[in-house]
Amino acid sequence: MSGGTHQGGMSLIVRTVTRWLKAFILLFGIYVVLYGHVSPGGGFAGGVVIACAYILLTLAEGRERTARLLSERLAAVLAVAGLLFFLGVGLAGMVGGRAFLDNFLVGDSGAEPALASGGIIELCEIAIGIIVSMSLFLAFAVLSRFRVSLGDGDETATGEGGAS
Amino acid sequence: MALLGILLFLMIIGAVIAVETRNLLSSIVCLGAIGFLLSIVFLFLGAPDLAITQLVVEILCLVILIRATIHRRVETVAGNREFVGLAVTVVMLAIVLMLAISMMAGFPSLGTSVLDRMAQAPSHFYLLQGKAQTGVTNIVTAILLDFRAYDTLGEATVLFCAVMGALAVLRRSARRRPEEGDAGDEGEGGAE
Repeated sequence: MSGGTHQGGMSLIVRTVTRWLKAFILLFGIYVVLYGHVSPGGGFAGGVVIACAYILLTLAEGRERTARLLSERLAAVLAVAGLLFFLGVGLAGMVGGRAFLDNFLVGDSGAEPALASGGIIELCEIAIGIIVSMSLFLAFAVLSRFRVSLGDGDETATGEGGAS
Repeated sequence: MALLGILLFLMIIGAVIAVETRNLLSSIVCLGAIGFLLSIVFLFLGAPDLAITQLVVEILCLVILIRATIHRRVETVAGNREFVGLAVTVVMLAIVLMLAISMMAGFPSLGTSVLDRMAQAPSHFYLLQGKAQTGVTNIVTAILLDFRAYDTLGEATVLFCAVMGALAVLRRSARRRPEEGDAGDEGEGGAE
C-alpha cells in the first residue's frame, strides 16, 4: 500500500505504458476468443487475457478510473448475460426435437476456416470469453479489496484501492 | 526427451525452493517459474491450447498472489517437527509413490498415440469426423464446444458460481469504510 502517487495508482511511467498497451492487450484477447476454432486459443484463454487487460488497468490507474470503463456492477451483469447467452444457445439447439447444445448452425466443412465456420462453436466461445473475463476481473477486484491475511489472522478491509 | 527431463527437473527444483524459502515473495516467484516451465512442457508435448491457457492463468494467479502477499509480514513458527506426523507423511508418500510407479508400468510410452493401441477409442472418431461434423480446424475447440459442450457449460457455471459466491461473501465487510465500522458488529477480527 505504499508507492501510490496519484489516487492509488502507480507511477507515471507505468500509467503511460498502460495507456498505450491496454487496447492491444484487449484486441489480442478478443482475437484469441474469436479465432479459437481456427488457431490455438479459445474462450477461456482469451477471456483470461481480457481480464488481465482490466487488471493491468486497475493496478496502474487505480480502481476509481477503471470503474469508469468497467464497473463491478457492469462486470457482474455481463457475466450473468454471458452465462444466459450460453444457455440460450444450448436451448436453441433443442428447437425441432434435437438435443441440448446441438450444433444447429453447423458450418460448411469443406470451406476455408473462417469466423462463421463453426456454427454455435463461435457463439459459445464468445459466451465463455465474456463469462471468464468478467468473472476473473470480479474475482481480482474483490480479492484485492479484501486482502487475505496470511499472518496473525486479522482481516484488513482496505477501502482505498489500486496501490500495491 | 532430454529437454523434457531438464524442464521437469527445473520444475522440481522450483517447487522445493518455493516450499523451503523464508521469503513469501520469492516463494511466489518460484511458483510462477514452475507454471511457466509447465507451459513450455505443454508446448513441447504438442498442446498449444493448453500452453496458452496455462500461461495466461499463471500470469493472472501470480498477479493476484503477489498483490495479496506483498507488504505482508508472515510470522514463521519455529519448533521441533512432530515425529509421528513426519513418519506418517513419509510412509504415505512412499506407498503412493510405489503405487504410482506400478501403475505407470502399464502406461504407453510418452508420445505414442492412443490410436495405435485402441482403434475404437473415441478420440479416433473425433479426429476423423471433427472437421466434417463441426467445420472447425482446431480439434480441441471442436471437442470442447461441440462434442463435449455440456462439460464446458458446466465448467463455465462452476467458475461463475465460485466468483459470485466470493462476491456475496466478501461484499459486506469490504464495502464498509474503516471509520464507519462499528466494533460491536465485527464478527471476526476488527477492521483497521
